[in-house]
Amino acid sequence: MDLQGIWFFLWGLLWALFFMTDGFDFGIGILYPFLGKNDFEKRIMINSVGPLWNGNEVWLITAGGVTFAAFPLAYAIMFSSLYSGLMLILFALILRGVAFEFRGKIDKKIWRNFWDISIFAGSLVPAVLFGITFANIFKGLPIEQSGVSSGSFFDLLNFYGIIGGLLFLLLFLFHGSVWLAIKTDGELHERSKSTALVLWPFLLIIALCFLGASWFFTKLYDNYLANPILFFDILLTVAALFAARFFIKNDDFFKAWFSSAIVILGSVFFGIIGLYPNMLPSSINTDFSVTAYNAASSPLTLKIMLVVVIMFIPAVIAYQAWAYYIFRGKVTKEDLSYEESY
Amino acid sequence: MDIVLLSRLQFATATMFHFLFVPLTLGLSIMIAIMETRYAVTGDKIYLSMTKFWGKIFLINFGLGIVTGITLEFQFGTNWSRYSAFVGDIFGSLLAIEATAAFFLESTLIGIWIFGWRKLSPKAHAAVMWLIAGASTLSAVWIIIANSWMQHPVGYVLRNGRAELSDFSAVVFQKFAVLQFLHTISAAYIVSAFFVMGVSAYHLLKKQSITFFTRSFKIGLIFGLIFSIFTAIEGDMHGVHVSEVQPAKLAAMEAHWETARRAPLTLFAIPDEKNERNFVEFGAIPGLLSFLGYHDFNAEVKGLKDFPREERPPVLISLFSFRTMVGLGTLFILLTIIGWLRRNRLLESPLYLKAMVLSIPLPYVAIEAGWVLAEVGRQPWIVYGLMKTSDAVSPIASSQVLVSLIAFILIYGLLGITGFYLIIKNAVKNPARG
Repeated sequence: MDLQGIWFFLWGLLWALFFMTDGFDFGIGILYPFLGKNDFEKRIMINSVGPLWNGNEVWLITAGGVTFAAFPLAYAIMFSSLYSGLMLILFALILRGVAFEFRGKIDKKIWRNFWDISIFAGSLVPAVLFGITFANIFKGLPIEQSGVSSGSFFDLLNFYGIIGGLLFLLLFLFHGSVWLAIKTDGELHERSKSTALVLWPFLLIIALCFLGASWFFTKLYDNYLANPILFFDILLTVAALFAARFFIKNDDFFKAWFSSAIVILGSVFFGIIGLYPNMLPSSINTDFSVTAYNAASSPLTLKIMLVVVIMFIPAVIAYQAWAYYIFRGKVTKEDLSYEESY
Repeated sequence: MDIVLLSRLQFATATMFHFLFVPLTLGLSIMIAIMETRYAVTGDKIYLSMTKFWGKIFLINFGLGIVTGITLEFQFGTNWSRYSAFVGDIFGSLLAIEATAAFFLESTLIGIWIFGWRKLSPKAHAAVMWLIAGASTLSAVWIIIANSWMQHPVGYVLRNGRAELSDFSAVVFQKFAVLQFLHTISAAYIVSAFFVMGVSAYHLLKKQSITFFTRSFKIGLIFGLIFSIFTAIEGDMHGVHVSEVQPAKLAAMEAHWETARRAPLTLFAIPDEKNERNFVEFGAIPGLLSFLGYHDFNAEVKGLKDFPREERPPVLISLFSFRTMVGLGTLFILLTIIGWLRRNRLLESPLYLKAMVLSIPLPYVAIEAGWVLAEVGRQPWIVYGLMKTSDAVSPIASSQVLVSLIAFILIYGLLGITGFYLIIKNAVKNPARG
């Protein structure tokens, strides 16, 4: 595979890793007002992601940065075309991040309620909007010859886009509820487990709807039909989804979480594989599409960045794994007694 | 409204707000690492409570720095898409390296530091803070390299309608980047030093936790003294280099209209840009501008009139931001020298302590003014000599930018008020009372 091709799949991988890691803390943020019945349970919930969410969110920065470095044209067109949606996501992420930090600093009801809403909305908005955005990218944006997109934010809210939004929402809710089941015990644990089981059939139905709708609204299947071996990605994703349910039933939440992580990676790669070599297909004329080839940086930059990624990404994964290892086990009352905890 | 102006205002709002938090992160992380190491090595509990006290403030500040930093990386794409497509090959890779090599490390480790008090040994926990400080500094290195490339593009070729990388090490190790980095980082240490001294002075005036705050004050004082002097000397070197590569900036920051040898430095001037002269000016010191720009009293300094009108930076803003920066920088040297002379008699110097409390905001003003000079003084270029700011903006509706600019101002206003409220609340709390 050539340099541009390698970078195309690295680009997809970084976005997929972002959704896999930040996905569960988005999910917990959305479940937060519903599963946390009192301040204690709410604090257990945010502290279950407390040490990790910051590092998770950097995958977004890296995915964005790598888009800028390796495919400047794709970066330029993607973020200017999706201006309003992206701004909404950024504001949501700002409020959410500050909410984690600030909520516990003052013990007043109005103060905590405000930040509780910020955690919920700040998790819901990115989860749904990222789904809507990526579905619309799969489908194609109205990119003209000049590289300018003529669409508005409301054009994104079409049938296929909304299914994409729902799919991401359910993926993250499921992922989050399994994580919470790992990190809690007692009533909250039971509630997380049953939430995951309730969500599961909805996730399955929406995932199947998305696979079906993609046949009608996108050209994603072209690559699959040309190389049927690629259908393995879809099979693996669906199998992982069933495995997740099996492991939850058996109270094996670690394996369930890994299965759920594979479902997220597999779902993102379903789109990435189908897109190749397009990054932003044009719905007006395929000649106007932004591809890994017409958007790529110079070979020198791609090579330097490849060295950087090969050196640093394994290191990042290693020290993040260390962080996950340090904070293994359930969040207890003792953890909350800490003055630094959220 | 004009989309270029709106986009510039939005970027200025977002970066200047972000930069309210970055300098304290850079300096305070090192001071906390020093305090915590002392605790880990000696077991002296007072250093533990110092770590905890300053750590709390640090974390609020750090959190605000992180969340406001996230938007910046995406704003090149949203608002400056033509710029992004033109320079992504070089500029984009520098930002991506910053994210993978530095930002990841600090963001992951901060979680470990906050929640890891009982999970790590004191030495390992202190080491984590050193790593956070190191990663934050590294992060600054890459961002400054990227900005320096906009100030003085090197190591590129124009090919395929864009700037493509031709020499990576020329970009990374260029003189402009080294000087600008040293200037920014030492200025950030001044911000942190004055913050620590000011907060300590507040408590010393109230005569509470005296040992605790005398020690804190002295750590701040050492930082402040060293870096106030260093920044001035280094700033002079940086100024000479700027004169060489950005002569229009030098002329604008001095409102210097006519090309001349033995060019004077005017202490005070109000420029009249339309008529290419100064309304008023007094206190001209002959030859000083030539000396500042070129270290030679007889050097020729190119005047603004010798630059085409459309290639002159805004004179008034450049002039006042430069004077604010230099004037305050001089004051910081004076204040820290006085502090050094009175370091063992702090409690008997209430007037000095009061001055130090009131001085907390001044380094913030100075460092923001420095950035205003760097960025406004580069206009009308976004990449000096290569691309104009007006050609860099995204082809989007200006109404979109207006709405997001208002949202930025509202949300950042809210964050600024709550953030500084929490910082002040924690800063005035007497640590002895828990």
